[in-house]
Amino acid sequence: MPKELWKGNEAIAEAAVRAGLEAYFGYPITPQTEILEYLSRRMPELGRTFVQAESELGAINMVYGAACTGVRVMSSSSSPGMSLMMEGISYIAGTEVPAVLVNVMRGGPGLGNIAPAQGDYNQAVHGGGHGDYQPIVLAPASVQEAIDLTALSFDLAEKYRAICMVILDGCVGQMMEPAEMPEMKPVHRENWDWNTDAKMGKRERRVLSSIYIEPAEEEKMNLRVLNRWRTIEAKEVRYKEYFLDDAEIVVVGFGTAGRIALSAVREARTEGIKVGLLRPITVSPFPYEVIDQLTARADAFLVTEMNSGQMLEDVRLAVKGRVPVEFYGRLGGVVPFPDEILNEIHRMAKSKLSLDVHPRDAWLERMAHA
Amino acid sequence: MATENLVYDRPEGFTDTPTHYCPGCTHGVAHRLVAEVLEEMGVLEKTIGVAPVGCSVFAYNYFDTDFVEAPHGRAPAMATGVKRVMPDRIVFTYQGDGDLASIGMGEIVHAAARGENITVIFINNANFGMTGGQMAPTTLPGMKTTSSPNGRDVETQGYPIKVAEMLSTLDGVGYCVRRSLHDPKNIRLAKKAIRMAFETQSRGLGFSMVELLSTCPTNWGITPVNSLKFVEEHMVPFYPLGDYKISEAIKQIKV
Amino acid sequence: MQKEIIISGFGGQGVLFAGQVIAYAAMDSGKQVTWIPSYGPEMRGGTANCTVVIADHEIGSPLVKNPPLVIALNLPSYNKYETMMQTGGTLVVNQSMIDRGAKRADINTIFIPANEIAEQIGDRKLTNMVTVGALLAALPELALETIEAALKAHLPARHQHLLPKNYEALRRGFESAKEQMSVAV
Repeated sequence: MPKELWKGNEAIAEAAVRAGLEAYFGYPITPQTEILEYLSRRMPELGRTFVQAESELGAINMVYGAACTGVRVMSSSSSPGMSLMMEGISYIAGTEVPAVLVNVMRGGPGLGNIAPAQGDYNQAVHGGGHGDYQPIVLAPASVQEAIDLTALSFDLAEKYRAICMVILDGCVGQMMEPAEMPEMKPVHRENWDWNTDAKMGKRERRVLSSIYIEPAEEEKMNLRVLNRWRTIEAKEVRYKEYFLDDAEIVVVGFGTAGRIALSAVREARTEGIKVGLLRPITVSPFPYEVIDQLTARADAFLVTEMNSGQMLEDVRLAVKGRVPVEFYGRLGGVVPFPDEILNEIHRMAKSKLSLDVHPRDAWLERMAHA
Repeated sequence: MATENLVYDRPEGFTDTPTHYCPGCTHGVAHRLVAEVLEEMGVLEKTIGVAPVGCSVFAYNYFDTDFVEAPHGRAPAMATGVKRVMPDRIVFTYQGDGDLASIGMGEIVHAAARGENITVIFINNANFGMTGGQMAPTTLPGMKTTSSPNGRDVETQGYPIKVAEMLSTLDGVGYCVRRSLHDPKNIRLAKKAIRMAFETQSRGLGFSMVELLSTCPTNWGITPVNSLKFVEEHMVPFYPLGDYKISEAIKQIKV
Repeated sequence: MQKEIIISGFGGQGVLFAGQVIAYAAMDSGKQVTWIPSYGPEMRGGTANCTVVIADHEIGSPLVKNPPLVIALNLPSYNKYETMMQTGGTLVVNQSMIDRGAKRADINTIFIPANEIAEQIGDRKLTNMVTVGALLAALPELALETIEAALKAHLPARHQHLLPKNYEALRRGFESAKEQMSVAV
């Protein structure tokens, strides 16, 4: 397919359609509304289901219902809307049915603003809804990645009967880039052994529920999901490396923060600084192992995020205090410019770094003096 | 054993699982009516039920059909998801008054407004049964519950919601009636209404709901017999039985 | 090679489309490109801007702090971006909408009476294309012909009859800028 100029949000919508999306349920919220608008045209044109729900609560439960029948289903929202969906997300996880959700993150907490942000990392990666479960979370940094990862998310969700979330920010959602769409896959209903699409004279009845009244039964379910998660951790970690072969300083950033860091890293390289970039693509499962390996040969890490250092804690878990980890973040919808990250690289290349201070404390200290 | 003397048997629409409902509760009657109707219409094989949260949370154990279990109040949204991708299936929700009229008011109103082609069986027993008899939106004025110990004071706790009347104002609704389960005659009328509601759905004539006035002897703190009387003497006058909306196309249906 | 361009003006001046035309041209000539608008309440009237980055390599930041290339279609945009520009950059100003000269001597400011030129061609809506043409005089990486081809390839069918006027707008802007640049040199 030739490249076309695609806007991130619309590209996600079309990619989902081409991956065989059979039903979409959503509610308008900036900066993701183009996904809803696009699908309100596209889905009926293909004879597929589109419903603008009364709320995100309604939308996620429509997703839940459709997911139980075994079809490819999706919703999308932005931060405050995702919070409303958390109830349904927990139920979907507890029922072990596949669903794809897209969160185009904005500044928060609360109503916040509509500017690009990454403050929902913890909500997405470390739960959000109640109970024991872990969603697969993919973090595209470009329109092409948004397309590829949206298509992939349906396969992953089905393969592991799990929630697959695509998290991006308003920057990727609103941006246009040349990108290539995958071929159109026909809508295809698998013969699952779990879906509730009615007996139709062919089988015994099925029930899908997240209820396990007996704690011992719930524990079995928890362990089943956990074991599935371990497989996901072993097989589905994805990331992108830039200039890491001889890197002494490793910058780690996902999504937009990651690609902004690339500009800084490239600039620093022209100055002869041995710096590279690790951009996690799956933030859940997180690439702990590759960071562990990098720790063996790098002098220091710089984590950069558009939040107060949420992924930072996962990087520190992998580094295990062996080398210094530094942090630079912008919050509330403020997008960093490359020179801010370049300044951090300069500082790290020149000064002796401490293992003892928490990187967030040190960053706040620097901010206070800036 | 002479089968011609058989006057009662488990409908085919039921599984073998005994229900967990309290003695004298009319949930069992309502379940049976739904199972009989599905059986008589020959649609058990293509039915998908949506269970609520509340006393009927285990409804999925009793009907011999596929079932899904919704979060509290969200059954109409979940049913929307099921029905939209499986339009040739029969999809119904079974919801109590806490579930439908309190936490799930948004979902039920919008499913009705969209004219979702689903059937809703709505059990109105004037309290939250499962959590132990708290005040529901349907609790009668002056009625004592564990969260309105001095009787529902409408000045501070608001007025009951008449769901059938309210939903009947929506254009998406095809069939919307209220019946009661307090005596055999009313039970027969309730069954006819449930049949009409499912016929509405199977003909694609829009949203259908049957509100059933029901008992809760345990939480009301009275005997099963007295609770049937309570329905007749106190609930029926406040929640008049009747056909609140039957669209012209549905009036033509003969079964 | 990497070039960053900001186009800014009132909503309705064709700011976003001007950026898209440049993005299409960059894409069609095999370059990497990003286009990002200001979005949200700003798009409901008031000021609008977009940032276009063109490069040979994978583009990092789609946003730029100190742009080397700017089109300012109105006075607020002129005021805002004149101070933010990189030394040595080129600022194309829609002279029809401003009432002052340049404050900075370390950038090239090109004044184009874009409204008047557009009106002479016969369509006020061509103001944006006049300024895009002017910018190309400072952006040798994108030939005028590439922009024309991009317009032809991506303009919706119902607007295709406007192509000749768009070409004329581009060329008039381009020539006007070239004249000023040769005088400046």
